[in-house]
Amino acid sequence: MIAFLLILVPLIAGTLAFFLRNGQGARGLAMLSSLGTLGVALAAVLTKDAGSLAFSAEWLPMLGAKFSLQADGISRLLTLLTAAAYPLILASTWTHEYKNPNRFFGLLLLTQAGLMGVFLATDALLFYFFWELALVPVYFLCSTWGGERRIPVTFKFFIYTFAGSLLMLVGIIYVYSKTPDSSFAQTSFYQAVLSGGTQSWLFWLFFGAFAIKMPVFPFHTWQPDTYEQAPTAVTMVLSGLMVKMGLFAVIRWLLPLLPIGVNNWAVSASFLSVIGIIYASLIAMRQDDLKRLIAYSSIAHIGLMSLALFAGNETGIQGVVIQMFNHGINIIGLWIVVEWIEQQFGTRRMSELGGIAQQAPALAILFVIVALANIALPLTNGFVGEFLMFNGVFTSTAYDGNYTVMGRWHINASHLSLVFTVLAGIGIILSAVYTLRAIQKVLYGNVGERTGMVKDIRWNEKIALVVIVVVILVLGVYPQPMIEEAKQAVFDLLKETDLSTMIKK
Amino acid sequence: MEHILQFAWLIPLLPLLGFLINGLGRKWLSKSVIATIGSGVILASFVFSLILFLDVRAGQTGSGVVHYFDFIRVGNIHIPFDFQVDALSSLFLLIITGVGFLIHVYSASYMHSEPTEHYGRYFAYLNLFVFSMLLLVMGANFVVMFIGWEGVGLCSYLLIGFWFKNNDYNYAARKAFVMNRIGDLGFLLAVFWLFAKVGSVNYSDVFSSLQTLSGTDITIITLLLFVGATGKSAQIPLYTWLPDAMAGPTPVSALIHAATMVTAGIYMIARSNVLFTASPVTQTVITVIGLATALLAASIALRQNDIKKVLAYSTVSQLGYMFIALGTGAYVAAVFHVMTHAFFKALLFLGSGSVIHAMGGEQDIRRMGGLKGKMPITYWTFLIGCIAIAGIPPFSGFFSKDAILLSAFAHEGMFHQVVYYLALGGAMLTAFYMFRLFFTTFHGSFRGTHDQEHHLHESPAAMTIPLVILAILSIVGGWVGIPEIIMEGGERLSHFLAPVIPLSEGHTVSHRTEWMLMGTSTALVLLMIGLAWNRYAKYKEEKETALGKTLGNKWYVDELYDKVIVHPITSLGNWLEEGMERTGIDAIVNNVGRGVQYLSRQIRLVQSGQVGSYVLLMVVSILLFFVYQFFIKK
Repeated sequence: MIAFLLILVPLIAGTLAFFLRNGQGARGLAMLSSLGTLGVALAAVLTKDAGSLAFSAEWLPMLGAKFSLQADGISRLLTLLTAAAYPLILASTWTHEYKNPNRFFGLLLLTQAGLMGVFLATDALLFYFFWELALVPVYFLCSTWGGERRIPVTFKFFIYTFAGSLLMLVGIIYVYSKTPDSSFAQTSFYQAVLSGGTQSWLFWLFFGAFAIKMPVFPFHTWQPDTYEQAPTAVTMVLSGLMVKMGLFAVIRWLLPLLPIGVNNWAVSASFLSVIGIIYASLIAMRQDDLKRLIAYSSIAHIGLMSLALFAGNETGIQGVVIQMFNHGINIIGLWIVVEWIEQQFGTRRMSELGGIAQQAPALAILFVIVALANIALPLTNGFVGEFLMFNGVFTSTAYDGNYTVMGRWHINASHLSLVFTVLAGIGIILSAVYTLRAIQKVLYGNVGERTGMVKDIRWNEKIALVVIVVVILVLGVYPQPMIEEAKQAVFDLLKETDLSTMIKK
Repeated sequence: MEHILQFAWLIPLLPLLGFLINGLGRKWLSKSVIATIGSGVILASFVFSLILFLDVRAGQTGSGVVHYFDFIRVGNIHIPFDFQVDALSSLFLLIITGVGFLIHVYSASYMHSEPTEHYGRYFAYLNLFVFSMLLLVMGANFVVMFIGWEGVGLCSYLLIGFWFKNNDYNYAARKAFVMNRIGDLGFLLAVFWLFAKVGSVNYSDVFSSLQTLSGTDITIITLLLFVGATGKSAQIPLYTWLPDAMAGPTPVSALIHAATMVTAGIYMIARSNVLFTASPVTQTVITVIGLATALLAASIALRQNDIKKVLAYSTVSQLGYMFIALGTGAYVAAVFHVMTHAFFKALLFLGSGSVIHAMGGEQDIRRMGGLKGKMPITYWTFLIGCIAIAGIPPFSGFFSKDAILLSAFAHEGMFHQVVYYLALGGAMLTAFYMFRLFFTTFHGSFRGTHDQEHHLHESPAAMTIPLVILAILSIVGGWVGIPEIIMEGGERLSHFLAPVIPLSEGHTVSHRTEWMLMGTSTALVLLMIGLAWNRYAKYKEEKETALGKTLGNKWYVDELYDKVIVHPITSLGNWLEEGMERTGIDAIVNNVGRGVQYLSRQIRLVQSGQVGSYVLLMVVSILLFFVYQFFIKK
């Protein structure tokens, strides 16, 4: 029942919000609902009653689709992230005025319901349903409340991601036709008999959809524009939560579903991820607009997570799970700072900023800590996940086979893991370069024309940032409980992806 | 031992508390409270360190490892948060907290003109710096060491850029952080390699599993660790951040150059001496890099006119000597030199701070001169520092430098003989540039403005007392390592460190040779001081020569890095954004989209060309269908 409540609370509150006349009331309702959802998510993490974490009801019996939910460790962490993010997002944008606030907050809550469903569904069709349910409200949010270029940018975002979803739908239907009991249930899907060749092409149907969502290079070009044009609250949802849909989907619907396909394409997918890390980092170094800087920085971080997913071992995937949560928290922190800057100075261009640390020391300290978590400094939450992911990639045995480059250099699996680790490692050097550059240009130096008169951050932003900083430090110093939370789920996943047991099926 | 070890966690915790109190209370606390808390916590740490040290010395040998909690435990990765207290770490604890405390006391006066808020921020950073360094030294595995390792990198970043209104300082801070990060990647890769091959990063596990590692593995791991050391301890090719790091307040330079940060690389290699001894290749690399750095930096120091720049390059050069010692297997000599260097380099930097203070912020030695009479304590203590670094017996630097030179000489073969002679040459350069600095600053006639001359004064007691204490340590600090041939029961340091760094056998030279080496180096150093006296006792402007200009411009290494590394990377970034992202990938995506739209118009599937609304309609109807099925049909 807990699992169902995670979806039901934002769904009902979101629907109710549409009918509220009072804008401030809708905002209050959204906050109330978010806090309630957070309570439910915490209950999901704390409960000992495994039964309450599952939910099942009839849905489309003629198709063999059920409304079945299950919160395993990975799901619990992601639903907790989704639940924790909303109060932070709402609090930090509390003073932001929207046209038609009831519709804005209603859509925002519907998105949350969709996200929860994606992280909980154990039925492939239901998963697809929530996947789209999360997308549609975001489309309206961006195209109605976005920046100047919102129409073409949102259009592209929508078509691009929807094209990906369609590929996935085709894939889902195909796998469905191969299930032993004509069912969309996750367990039936895992048992579907699929030859190696089939898995190879199916891989791209699924991975295409997920790669666009994450996004992984070269499917990322919708992302910087969308982050830039979306209203900041929505950008936070997109970057902090929605990109996790893609990563999570790989964990739940790709690795265990198509182990042979994954095995065949692990090297290619890893190459794309690694290229993405370097590519996005180099571009991030050249950005002047803070939003675009964070957008590219996020592509680099996601690239590392995607790389570690395909490493396919316990450390790597544990690292990804940890990092999905931490990345979500940290990037929301960065957006809060950007939002404050834009509200204060009417610009996000770093070349027009500077010297803010003198006027707004509280903001400066909080911003610096969040930025340090972004570059994965030890004792911040960013370090733990990255450390595990690097370890996973370095010791990965997923990079099958031997390659010959230009007929001369012979590369085997262990070479590849070293190459991937080093290239991704260059990413962490570059992350220090662009993050500290941003810190310097925004906070330090002399006060500029625009930055002369500033008041420090207000209470609502301060609360959100302080909560984020506390999470950063606590999870950075003592990450083990979080690792324990996901341990069993990762273990089960690895059992499913083990090729040696696969052959027995 | 058990009993005392239980309090080991207090040693880093106290500075952390100081950081929190001063950091959070900087707006409410008065300056004297801030300074008392900031210095007090370090003093308390020092007292605990001293108790621990005496305990270790009293013969409770071996290493005590204290377990606190599991930092990370997943799969084959197990990282306990443990501290290790033994001879090596307890010695470093003393250096860090002892010298660190003196620098804190000095800072209380030196930084007094800062506004209270920034005064508090300064002390908070300083405490955090000491905390990170203590973590680095006390960790019982490579990951806890790495936490401190990156922590000191962060603190140096914060302190170098302490005066954040000045963008040059901010660039220097960023440069320090990024250069360190490059080295850190090497360190991290070594950690991953250890996990892959040994399955653990605990010192006890790693050092006892040497047999299971192949020679290649050991060489790779040690080389990667050494890459980390070149960043933190400012060796070629990553040394260029350290001279720029003097952008921070002068006591910070003393802290970075003497008690913390740059000694990290030496500590790490001394700690892992078992690994490094097992890889002759790495040892040779370290020796060559150390020697090259020692000579390069010494040559640059010959032509610097900023009092702190000279000292900064001298640090780089002295660190080079420590690496020569590490490369030739003389780990104790390296640790010994860390210790004596901590004393005299802290003394010299704080002395230079006293001079800069008196000169009203002036750092150019060409505009100083004749300060001898105006500030006698600074003068005499600075002289002691110069003698100590030049290496004249019985000052501390002599013994540690002698131990390093001897270790190079004692090795057989052409290579080490060359190393010895070049290192000896470097020692001569050291004596020359240090006394060039000394004579130009303190002797001759005053060359500054009238205003400055009027204000010349000796510094207050809070600054001169640390100078005097450090001066005494710069004299007697070397006596713990007096060679056996001079004093019965000498080499006390080697015996003390023996549980961590095994006493080396072989490679000894005859007593006559040893006396001769000491005599030669002393005579040559005295000769160089004489030359410096002859040339700089009365100030004459230095002639512009091509070589002088090259040295003055630091061999143009920064410019080279800019051209070869920084510039290509930024250009690549620009090209990727302009050429690849916009006109490449994104253009393809857009054209595919347009193509689909065009096609659909052609075949009249979509009349208005509004693909968006049709697709949207489709999605919404799918969703509504599903909802209908679920809620209504049942």
